[in-house]
Amino acid sequence: MNDEGLRLGDTTFTNRLFTGTGKFASNEIIPEMLETSGSQMITVALRRIDMQSVTDNILQYIPDGVTLLPNTSGARTAEQAIRVARIAREAGCGKFIKIEVITDAKYLMPDNHETLRATETLAKDGFVVLPYVLPDLPLAKRLENAGAAAIMPLGAPIGTNRGLETKPLIAMLIENSAVPVIVDAGIGFPSQAAAAMEMGADAVLVNTAIATAEDPVAMGHAFSLAVQAGRAAYLAEAAGQSVVARASSPLTGFLD
Amino acid sequence: MSFYNTLEQFDHFDFSSFFNSVSDDRVRDCLTKEYLNAYDFLTLLSPKAGNHLEMIAKVAQKKTIQYFGKTIQLFAPLYISNYCTNKCIYCGFNHANVIDRRKLTIEEIEKEAKAISSRGIQHILLLTGESRQATPMEYLLEAVKCLKHYFASVSIEIFPLECHEYVLLQQAGVDGLTLFQEVYDKVIYDKVHLAGKKKDYHYRLDAPERGAMAGFRNVNIGALLGLGEMRSEFFFTGLHARYLDDKYLDTEVAVSLPRFNPAECDFHPEFPVNDKTFVQFLLAFRLFFPRAGITVSTRENAYMRDHLIHLGATRFSAGVSTSVGGYAQHQDQSTPQFEITDGRSVEEVVSAISSNGYQPVYKDWDRAI
Repeated sequence: MNDEGLRLGDTTFTNRLFTGTGKFASNEIIPEMLETSGSQMITVALRRIDMQSVTDNILQYIPDGVTLLPNTSGARTAEQAIRVARIAREAGCGKFIKIEVITDAKYLMPDNHETLRATETLAKDGFVVLPYVLPDLPLAKRLENAGAAAIMPLGAPIGTNRGLETKPLIAMLIENSAVPVIVDAGIGFPSQAAAAMEMGADAVLVNTAIATAEDPVAMGHAFSLAVQAGRAAYLAEAAGQSVVARASSPLTGFLD
Repeated sequence: MSFYNTLEQFDHFDFSSFFNSVSDDRVRDCLTKEYLNAYDFLTLLSPKAGNHLEMIAKVAQKKTIQYFGKTIQLFAPLYISNYCTNKCIYCGFNHANVIDRRKLTIEEIEKEAKAISSRGIQHILLLTGESRQATPMEYLLEAVKCLKHYFASVSIEIFPLECHEYVLLQQAGVDGLTLFQEVYDKVIYDKVHLAGKKKDYHYRLDAPERGAMAGFRNVNIGALLGLGEMRSEFFFTGLHARYLDDKYLDTEVAVSLPRFNPAECDFHPEFPVNDKTFVQFLLAFRLFFPRAGITVSTRENAYMRDHLIHLGATRFSAGVSTSVGGYAQHQDQSTPQFEITDGRSVEEVVSAISSNGYQPVYKDWDRAI
């Protein structure tokens, strides 16, 4: 089965690994990481963008052709997220926005309620809205109706590298969502990214695991391969797991 | 409830027999735990744990990179007034000291802001002595309003306020509060703070909590290491940080480890903290509280700071003057609050961070938030 790519807004992404700009030892690594990983979309916190700065403007490290996904990190309310999104658009960061509203500095859990409110406004405003949420099916439906371009459920708390702790909840979103599901946060190893793709996620977003690796460029490549492998397995319709043993000849075949 | 209730539980705690009971195995156990409780933290602060620094440092480095990446956030302190009604025996601003007292006008604050921001600094920490007469709320609010034009983030390190006053500052755009208890030991606290509002131990102890209630995003606490018995003092600093973190989910808690440096020859701390112990404390805290920011000021010299980059520090001041009006003028005209020992320019600090393989971060906040 061919992979026609992932369409978000009016952009098609043939590479299903999305990356982030945070936590790198030097921003100069970013273009190289994007090249080896082939990632076509990278998220950047507006709070880190300094348009005035010549020395520390993170945007100058993102090559043309890679879609910028500004995020609202730091926002605690829908209103703040909306304000950040509009500033990002005015600053020329495009019309994609990842809504990240976090009121809990301890576990960094997204605030689903505020995120939904921000999505309603920003989708109407013409943004391509990617809301970062705790996986919750009824909420995902509401986000879809509000015009979200995709749903971004977390696999595990940000930066924890704990993988797909929310796997059964993400599976519900994948089964029932009309919009793409992009697993964001918690993915610490390529094997976990492959697992997310294998179960049918449309893409994964990986930042910490790449940025804090001893060799981020090589790790970006590793994640890219894992995402491709997982996607290919999904398309090949992997046989799946079963809780009961399956004999290769049916046990009840004699009844036929 | 106050953090005081937690402190009280240790009123009769026998720290020395706890330390004597710590074994090498117990220290090693703490290194593999995901969540450290208070006694694990105290174990890592023990003299015994001092024999395992390299091992602890490896874990601390790993945790820091996991939560913060290889980054160091930059800020600069801005002293706008040295008027002070307190008599703290260790401080240059002590009311009893005969020094040039100065308070910047809003125009002068703007000059300072221009000078600092022209060096690339985007996070500013506003400081004063304690004087409601010299630096009343209206003045502080004006100062914040002025600084918001020049900086992405404005924090304050001023005298403790009422919660409703913190709310006013928060609404004016202040996002961080730095406030040190100086010393958690009540007897010593009373001995080193001779006069002024600061004599009120509880009012100060509860101030970071009032700041968290008022909605500041960051609350940075600390004990001035050297005043009290150091291991228990830093232990209480860690517990205070965890208390705030547990109680105020939406507040990011950070600590500083200010210690007396030898340049301050006029005050000799009773419990000086040497480099090795200082590093042990920083590492222990990182393991106890992996997500917390650790601020290291220019009280530490360049050699120490460059090495602390790898061990758990997350925030550095840079290009610092601790005198009132010290940035816009070529020569410091007033007495500094404390002597700085890392006198490098912003560019030099930035280049040291980069050459250590870390990213200096100028801006990590936005007025819009």
